[in-house]
Formats: sequence, structure tokens, C-alpha cells
Amino acid sequence: MTGLLKRFMSVLMLVLLALPVAAVQPDEVLDDPVLEERARELSKGLRCLVCRNESIDESNAGLARDLRLLVRERLVAGDSDDEVIDFVVDRYGEYVLLRPTADGANMLLWAAGPIMLLLAALTGFFYLRKRASAPAPAEAALNEEERQRLRELLDE
Amino acid sequence: MTAELGHFALILAFLVAVVQVVVPLIGAHRRWPGWMAMAEPAAMAQFMLTAFAFGALMWAFVTSDFSLRLVVLNSHSAKPMLYKISGTWGNHEGSMLLWVLIVTLFGAMAAWFGGGLPPSLKARVLAVQSAIAVAFFAFILFTSNPFIRLAVPPFDGQDLNPLLQDPGLAFHPPFLYLGYVGLSMAFSFAVAALIEGRVDAAWGRWVRPWTLAAWIFLTIGIALGSWWAYYELGWGGFWFWDPVENASFMPWLLAAALLHSAIVVEKREALKSWTILLAILAFGFSLIGTFIVRSGLLTSVHAFANDPERGVFILGILAFFTGGALTLYAARAQAMEAKGVFGMVSRESALVLNNILLAVSCFVVFFGTMWPMVAEMFFDRKLSVGAPFFNAAFTPFMVVLGLALPLGSVLPWKRGKVSRAAWSMRYAFGLAVAVTLLVWTMQTGRSALGPVGVFLGVWVTSGAIVDLWSRTGRKGSLGRLFRLPRADWGKAVAHSGLGVTIFAIAGLTAWEQEDIRVTQLGEPFEVGGFTLTLDKVERLAGPNYFATTGSVQLERDGRAIATLNPEKRDYPVARMPTTEAAIDYRIMRDVYVVLGDEQAGGGWTVRTYIKPFANWIWAGCLMMALGGALSLSDRRFRVAAGARKAPMGGVPAE
Repeated sequence: MTGLLKRFMSVLMLVLLALPVAAVQPDEVLDDPVLEERARELSKGLRCLVCRNESIDESNAGLARDLRLLVRERLVAGDSDDEVIDFVVDRYGEYVLLRPTADGANMLLWAAGPIMLLLAALTGFFYLRKRASAPAPAEAALNEEERQRLRELLDE
Repeated sequence: MTAELGHFALILAFLVAVVQVVVPLIGAHRRWPGWMAMAEPAAMAQFMLTAFAFGALMWAFVTSDFSLRLVVLNSHSAKPMLYKISGTWGNHEGSMLLWVLIVTLFGAMAAWFGGGLPPSLKARVLAVQSAIAVAFFAFILFTSNPFIRLAVPPFDGQDLNPLLQDPGLAFHPPFLYLGYVGLSMAFSFAVAALIEGRVDAAWGRWVRPWTLAAWIFLTIGIALGSWWAYYELGWGGFWFWDPVENASFMPWLLAAALLHSAIVVEKREALKSWTILLAILAFGFSLIGTFIVRSGLLTSVHAFANDPERGVFILGILAFFTGGALTLYAARAQAMEAKGVFGMVSRESALVLNNILLAVSCFVVFFGTMWPMVAEMFFDRKLSVGAPFFNAAFTPFMVVLGLALPLGSVLPWKRGKVSRAAWSMRYAFGLAVAVTLLVWTMQTGRSALGPVGVFLGVWVTSGAIVDLWSRTGRKGSLGRLFRLPRADWGKAVAHSGLGVTIFAIAGLTAWEQEDIRVTQLGEPFEVGGFTLTLDKVERLAGPNYFATTGSVQLERDGRAIATLNPEKRDYPVARMPTTEAAIDYRIMRDVYVVLGDEQAGGGWTVRTYIKPFANWIWAGCLMMALGGALSLSDRRFRVAAGARKAPMGGVPAE
């Protein structure tokens, strides 16, 4: 029975967490279109903490709404974009950032692609250089089995 | 009774699979023809038995047999028939059975079409394929048995997750699995070649159709999933960089790389060991995908079985097959020496660049997907890696790929000149620049993303057309154009499809318009040149849900275009609400309307989006798949497949 219960709980979690009805409500929208635009941009980079993989801009969860209102509050109070982000990160930790910062161990995350590209490019370059200067191959020698098969084919 | 028969068939299939691993491998090693030939009927039998088991499970779903635990958990008697059928694979156990069914299907296909293969290679391929099946049969029978009965059957089931009750999603998993599992065939060929110690042009020709087929299915599967997200999730997003999406995207990238590098093996006998490695990795990533979806290790919107025990089992399978194959690779790869000689600038080097970009971009996606886990385990940092990271880290690779593609595609084999390739692309380049300038002047003060995407899209698409045209010779003629090999057409269609998708993604992202408001019934409002009026809102009852349906008049310049019916549904049994956006699909743009909540002060929340070129995203994907299919039907593969049936007496001279 615990299996059933677990399944039921997971369905319930889905109901609570992944409400698909979209996000920003009309009463949240700021009057100043420039501020609102900034608020939307910032919201897209902030994670809805109780959702699975959604930004607060997309999520309909109550907490996401609170965060959206918080972002707008800070913007109206005259914060810069960075200040707003810092404010939110101070409260909720860096888990809230969908775009991880590039400090400490995270440097590895951001550098991984370029480093790998460099390695791959070097490997590719040396491979191509070797291929370009390789002597033309002698006609591939046939082994005994293949020679036998060739004879059969020719005899037919 | 049917369920027990299905269970029994599944156990039998497991035993057959075990035999099919052991006997042909020994036979191939000892050169005993009888033992090798055993693989063929075994592969067929395995497939038939698994198909029977799958049929039995489907029958239980169709007849709503609520004595089966799985049916109770995932079905309901009032559910429409289509979703009773798709419910068979809309859950963990059933989807694993579908997975293994496809493994055996590909095995049977290889036995059926593999007439031209040398007997020892064929025996080894089928044995390796069967080894994969053994692992998954064991997984199903020991951890995820779909045929478990309930002692006290309930009167009705708990219904399928309503999000899955949708035609787009009903067929999303089978296509995805055909893709994932299709890569097992490339894997089996790679491992068999390593055991055999021999990779030649013929091997490249045999492995490419399987990879191509897998890639086509993956393309369609991913496109279906993305299209579903677009119309179902309620804000018209089409790609979220969710771990599960990444899980399907990584094998797609590697399969794309593999089917390009297999061309080099086939035509030039180079890049052999790299192609083998890619084949192993591509299937490895399919297994990683399965692991990600089922382990619950990474949180995601659509993980369906959060059971660590199963996760560990799949991790074991992953470690065994990928680790084993890579060990074998390390031991044997030196034997695969390249033969072809080619210059630094040549079609071969262009394909090497293609492979570098695709493989490294796949690595970036993998690194980003795994990083939250790594950071938590080793650096004690709980962080997220979301869409903004992937957009920033992944997109540059696609930009370079798009820039290089038309040039690389016209470079000749062996040795070429960039200047000549560039000159032959002058019209494509001119067109791309002209369109981009036009777009640039039309959109003022917005992001550069739109123009860049437009340039790439036009450049890639027109480049593909120029490439195809240039194949008809110096002068070019229409008659010749239609007599070109299908592989040429496939290449052109698939490449233009990529261009169309790039164009559409950039266009949609850059020029989308959005409007959120509270509207009163009968009160018109304007969005991006369209006039919308919410006429009425009704409450209706569907087969297994209740709906709140709005009726929205869509007009432009006083002329009625369409009546849209956005809906909110509530599924009482599954206790889950969903939104059904109403979309007016047009070639140049979609109008996308979502009904929100009723407001306390009267009126309803309505969201409206104008989405330019949205359909082009999936049209481009379809073109890619179609291009793959054209290429798959090329004569040389049919000849390779049908070599056994070639006339014995030689072909008369024409």
C-alpha cells in the first residue's frame, strides 16, 4: 500500500508544484513600462523555489508571485538590477539564480565548454595535419580468406 | 489470464535473450556457422515474445482490467480509447516494456535486413544487441514488473496524468524511444567491430542507416515534445533546458555527429576510431537519459519514477555497457588505422569541424545538466543551472556551426579551397545579407538576436539550395536536379530544415508580443494590430474532465479572422487542472490566447501572445526528419541491404 500512497503523494506534489497556468497576473504589472520590462527580464533569471525547473516569470506558484512582487517592490524603490538580484540571493541563496555566477568552483562550469573546444580543436588540428602528410596507403593487402573469396567470385 | 501469459512470454523472452548472447558469441569466436546462425531465429523469437507481452499489457489497459496494479494507477474507465492505449507507455513500467520491445525490434530488423553482413559480424551484432535486451528484461522483471496483480481490485482506476492525455504526447514517447534505442544498434555494431578488430568502408555503410533512422525518430520525438510544451503548458514556451529535455537532446547531438562521421568512414576510410567512440557515447547518453528520467536524481518537470533502487539498477546497466565498451575501445582502437589522405581544407576536415562543434556542444549541455549535482556533492553549493546558462553557453556553437555549414558542404573531398567554396556561395551570402539588412532596418532598437538568427537561417537554407543546384554540374539543369541521388536531396532538405528552425527560433524569441490583462465580457482590446473580444465564458463537461471555456473573437482591421476557445480543464479523478490554450495557427504568426481566472471585481484574466514564425520551428524539424528519410532511402543503402539478393550470374552490360 505504501507504493500507492507514494504514487498518490507524487501526483499531489505535481498538483501543488507544477500548476501549468501561466504566470504574471494583471494586478502585478507595474505602471511604468520600462520598470516592468526590467522586472520581467529579472524574473526570467530567478528560479521558482518550490517548482521543478521554472523561473518565477513562468510559474504560478504562490511563492513565485511573492518573489515577483518583491522584485517589483525593489525596482520601484529605485534599486539597480544587480541590487535586486543581490537582495534576492541574500534572502534565498544562490539556488534562486538560474544563471549561475562565475565565481569559485562555478568558473569550471563556465570554462568547461571553451576548454573542451580548445582541446577538441587541437586534437582535430593534429589529426588533420597527420592525415594531410600521411603517405598514400598501399593497396590494402587481402588476407587469405579474402583472397579465397575473390577467387571464388572471379571463377563464377 | 492474458496478463499471466504476457508475464510468462516476458520471462521466456528474457531466457531467449540470454541464450542469444552466449551462443552466437562463442560461435563467432570458434567460427561455428550453426552457432552463429542461431542468433537470427532467436532475435525473431525474442521480438515476438516481447511483442506478445506488450500486447497483453495493452489489452489490460484497453479493457480496463483493474486487477492489474499498473492499470489501476494509470487508467480510468471513462478515459478516451486513445489514452487508454497510450496509457500503456505513459508510466514507468509500461514505458520500460516499450523500451525493451524496441530493443528487440531493432535486433529482429538487423537479423531480417542484415543479409549482406559477414556471418561473424552479424552474430556479434545480434549478441551485443541481445545483451542490452537481457539487462533491461532483468530490470523489468526484478524491479518494475508491469504484470503485478492486486488481491482486491478497485472499481475504477486513478487516471493517467492529464498532461499526458494529449495526442501530441501520446506519440512523443514511442518516437523518442525508437530514437534512443535505435542508437543501441550503432552501439552493437561498434562493439561487434571492436571484437572483430576490423572497421572498413562497408562497416560505415552498414552502421549509417541505423544511426540515420534513430536520428530521424529522435528528431520527430523531440519536436513532438516541444510542440506539446508549446500548446499545452500555457505560455507558449517550446524549449526549457529541463534535465529531461537535455537527456533527449544530448543523444540527438551525438547521433547527428555520428551520422556525419560515418560518411567519412564510408567514403574515405578515416575517422574510424572516433566514429566507434561516438557510437558508444551516443548510446551511453541514451542510457544516461533513461537514468536521469527514472532516478529522480535531478529534479525535472516530467520525471516519473523517483525510486533510487531503480536508479541504481539503471546506473549499473549504464556502467556495465558504457564502461565495458570503452574498455574494449581502449584495448582495440589502435587497430583501426585510417587509410584516406586529405588536406587541411577538405570535406573531411569540414566534417571534423562539424563533429567537434556537435560533440563539444553536447558536452556543454551534459556539464550544465550535471553541474548542480556536482556542485552540491563536492563544493557544498546548492545552485541551479537554468535556461539562461544554456542559452549563453550553447548558442555560440550553433552560430559557428551555422556559419560554417554552407561552406563545408560544398568543399570537395580530399583537397579543396575555401575561396572557391566561398565564391560558389556568393548568392546565398548576398541574399542572407540583404534579408538581414532589411530586418535590421525594420526592427529598431531591439536585440541583435533577431537579425543574427535571420542571417544564419537564410544563409544555411539558401546555402543548402545552392549546394544542391551545384551538384547538377557547371551549367545546371532542372532535369538533372531531379535525377540526383536521394542522398543529395536528403542533405539539402535536412540542412535547409536546420536553417528554417534557426530562423524561427530567433524570430520567435526576438519579436514575440505579449499582453496580460483583465478583460470584461464583450469589451474589445488590441494586441499587436489584432482586436480581441471575450464574448462569453461557459462551463462544460468533457468525458473525464470539467472545462471552463471562453469564446474569443479575433479580428484584424475590422475583419473577423477566427473564434478561439481557450479552456481551463479540471480532471477530478487525477485532481489536476490543465490549461488548453487556443491558438490561431497561421504561416507567418500564431495568435495564442490563454484564459486565466475570473476576477473578484468582474471580468477574466486573459493572456494573449503574438508569436511570429512559431510553426516554422517544427516545420524545420520535420524537414530535417524528411531529409533523413530521403537519405535513408538512397540507393546505396538499399543495395547494401539487399546484397544477398543480388543475381548470381553477374549483371548484363547496358
